[in-house]
Amino acid sequence: MTSNPTAVDAGELRRRVAEFLAGHDPAGTDRLEFLRARFDAGLAWVHYPVGLGGLGAPRTLQPLVDAEFAAAGAPDNDPRRNGIGLGMAAPTILAHGSEELKQRLLRPLWTGEEVWCQLFSEPGAGSDLAALATRAVPEKGPDGDGAGGTWVVDGQKVWTSSAHLARWAILIARTDPDLPKHRGITYFVCDMTDPGVEVRPLRQITGEAEFNEVFLTGVRIPDSHRLGAVGEGWRVAQTTLMNERVAIGGGPAPREGGMAGVVADAWRGRPEGRTPELHARLMRLWVEAEAQRLAAERLRQQLAAGGVGSEGAGMKLGFARLSQALSGLEVELLGAEGLEYDDWTMRRPDHVDFTGREAGYRYLRAKGNSIEGGTSEILRNIIAERVLGLPAEPRSDKDVPWKDLPR
Amino acid sequence: MTTTAGTAAPAGTAAPAATDQDLLYSEVEDDLRASVRALLADRCPHTAVLARCEGDEPHDPALWSALAADLGAAGLAVPEERGGHGASWRETAVVMEELGRSAAPVPFLGSAVLAAAALLGCDPRRQEAAELLAGVASGTTAAALAVDFSTAPGAEFPCAVRADDAGALTGRVTAVADAPAAQVLLVPAIGPDGPGLYAVDAAGAGVSTAVPPALDLTRRIGHLDLDGAAGRLLAGPDRARAALERALLTGAGMLASEQLGLAEWCLEETVRHVRGRTQFGRPVGSFQALKHRLADLWLEVVSARAAARSAADALASNAPDADVAVAVAQSYCADVAVHAAEECVQLHGGIGMTWEHPAHLYLKRAKADQIALGTPGRHRARLAGLVGLPPV
Ligand SMILES: Cc1cc2nc3c(=O)[nH]c(=O)nc-3n(C[C@H](O)[C@H](O)[C@H](O)COP(=O)(O)OP(=O)(O)OC[C@H]3O[C@@H](n4cnc5c(N)ncnc54)[C@H](O)[C@@H]3O)c2cc1C
Repeated sequence: MTSNPTAVDAGELRRRVAEFLAGHDPAGTDRLEFLRARFDAGLAWVHYPVGLGGLGAPRTLQPLVDAEFAAAGAPDNDPRRNGIGLGMAAPTILAHGSEELKQRLLRPLWTGEEVWCQLFSEPGAGSDLAALATRAVPEKGPDGDGAGGTWVVDGQKVWTSSAHLARWAILIARTDPDLPKHRGITYFVCDMTDPGVEVRPLRQITGEAEFNEVFLTGVRIPDSHRLGAVGEGWRVAQTTLMNERVAIGGGPAPREGGMAGVVADAWRGRPEGRTPELHARLMRLWVEAEAQRLAAERLRQQLAAGGVGSEGAGMKLGFARLSQALSGLEVELLGAEGLEYDDWTMRRPDHVDFTGREAGYRYLRAKGNSIEGGTSEILRNIIAERVLGLPAEPRSDKDVPWKDLPR
Repeated sequence: MTTTAGTAAPAGTAAPAATDQDLLYSEVEDDLRASVRALLADRCPHTAVLARCEGDEPHDPALWSALAADLGAAGLAVPEERGGHGASWRETAVVMEELGRSAAPVPFLGSAVLAAAALLGCDPRRQEAAELLAGVASGTTAAALAVDFSTAPGAEFPCAVRADDAGALTGRVTAVADAPAAQVLLVPAIGPDGPGLYAVDAAGAGVSTAVPPALDLTRRIGHLDLDGAAGRLLAGPDRARAALERALLTGAGMLASEQLGLAEWCLEETVRHVRGRTQFGRPVGSFQALKHRLADLWLEVVSARAAARSAADALASNAPDADVAVAVAQSYCADVAVHAAEECVQLHGGIGMTWEHPAHLYLKRAKADQIALGTPGRHRARLAGLVGLPPV
């Protein structure tokens, strides 16, 4: 992704940030205006190309830039509100989108003006995403296959986080039911304001509704909003999914970052709840969290050195296991207080914070960590087959036309 | 011997982690690994290790001199001006990984790690210590640190051996790692002025070393009986305590790399086996029950590698939080190595239970390593004090 990793180094970036800040006083500039200007200066995501919010610098220099802006008290783009946009849609658009789409979509995506959601999962297609049934049919393309014309989309998506906030969606739909399932899928950018899009909240075990059901009825998508070739959607989706797993599991973290820190603080603050058994579990998990943090750090160093990080898939697996074990421990540590819950009111939150609210919420929300973005079972399959090279299980669904598969 | 719960961090804080650790392997380290691996592949095949471990001399003196002296592995962490090769504990850790991978029967941990680290803590102006360190670093002398191998960093200075005014040592030390291969014993003892570290010739008068059958076939232990044995003072009360503590900490940190190498071998060998072994008309490695277990084990090995590298880097750079990094690495890697070795036996089926297959060499090493230099639970207890998470 980096066009010329040596062109812009840390010193040059510091210089450019300083120059930018001199011209745009963080205190005196309107927030959006500031963010747009930061994008235009190539200081948004420095590893992106020039003209698209970046400078073609190494990705590892991003934290430095973010830290410089934060130190100057500059507004940020509130990345937690648009995790899917920043973590998944953007890299996919960058890798597979037309120049026109990149110009139109990436800037408001980065500034947070336009939130994104992911229309992948369906009631009949979760882990087996390639089984999806949402259809995209060409309306009246000049050459009859939709190219250059408009696609009409019908179907139902489910578990769609942030759909109620989203201006755009990344969408995969079936364009050829006669092909085996992986081959008849095409990838689109979908306008969530289209009249055929209906979003209904879906309440979850925490009481609130982060995710939604999305009904697509005669949704019209111009062919120019297609990412990758017709029938190549599965391959394009791999870019998204790999980035999703990195986004969920692999962020930089200090020692005692995340749930480990929450539980450690709870331990320090509540001597009355301490028992030998809880302490034994706490220390085991603390060590595992630290080992996992170091593994993530090592992966980052490997990527920075230009190596490959097959370890990526493992980070999310370990993260899910640990966050569940730690948040469960925290509830127990609270004793009688753990019997209470802060609030069951149905709400539609505008961002998700795994370590937010109270212990009961954290415990329940962590259950989603081993389901969202690929279940832990699927991740183990991926590690076993792609990293360890173990043989796939025999399958009966690979070479059969999608329309003939049992459902 | 009791473990003291390290210096407590101020209430409400965990020691912040060193942020600039290099967790990768450098080119030099990769080259070193390649040389050590080639030597071990040539000189230390499993058949030879198995044959040797039933003989009277379980360690391999020829291999030891090729590794320690010819390849220079014994002096990696010793500065050039003190007779070593001026590399660091990072490179030493790479050697430990390779020795773990091959379950090699050489006294590297006892001599090049524990004894060398203890000698590095002695005053370089004390000629006795300087000469001994140079001998250990060059691989010409094999030394052993006379402490019970289950001792964890942070333990009290041992008082089982007493030294009189003339330096004659009397007392008993059990389970000394690599003692049967050592020419010189470094004995912590309480002398007339307090704690001291003494050198004793293993073959000298008043020294007897009983070698019991050991769980680990490839690293022997010895029970030492000292009865007025002639000791030469290496470090007095001003340095002995710190030298011993540093040796234990370094040993525990380096052991994590051995455990990593051992776990890697077990995982690779098991994956190789389940890919090739067919039952029910398909490779057993295509059954999801096994794939998921191996995926979990792989993730443990990935984390173990990061933790072991972190400990090695912290020891090499003398980082202020080295004790935290070592406690994390040792408590984590010890269990991963045992888990890997146990899975290796189980997923090999009946063949994993045979004497002929090398899996048991790794299982025995892994289980003994779990006790060595502090059990995982002991390291976690120490860590609790270091990061401000008290048990009560
Ligand atoms: C909080 C949350 C947010 C989400 N947000 C989004 C979103 O924004 N957009 C979106 O598109 N999707 C989203 N999802 C959906 C998520 O990706 C799916 O739920 C997930 O992929 C699992 O699919 P499923 O629910 O159909 O379960 P199923 O696939 O039916 O799985 C049921 C069980 O079977 C196991 N299983 C399935 N196949 C195998 C196999 N081959 N081997 C072993 N075990 C197997 C699974 O691991 C699971 O335990 C979200 C989910 C959650 C929980």
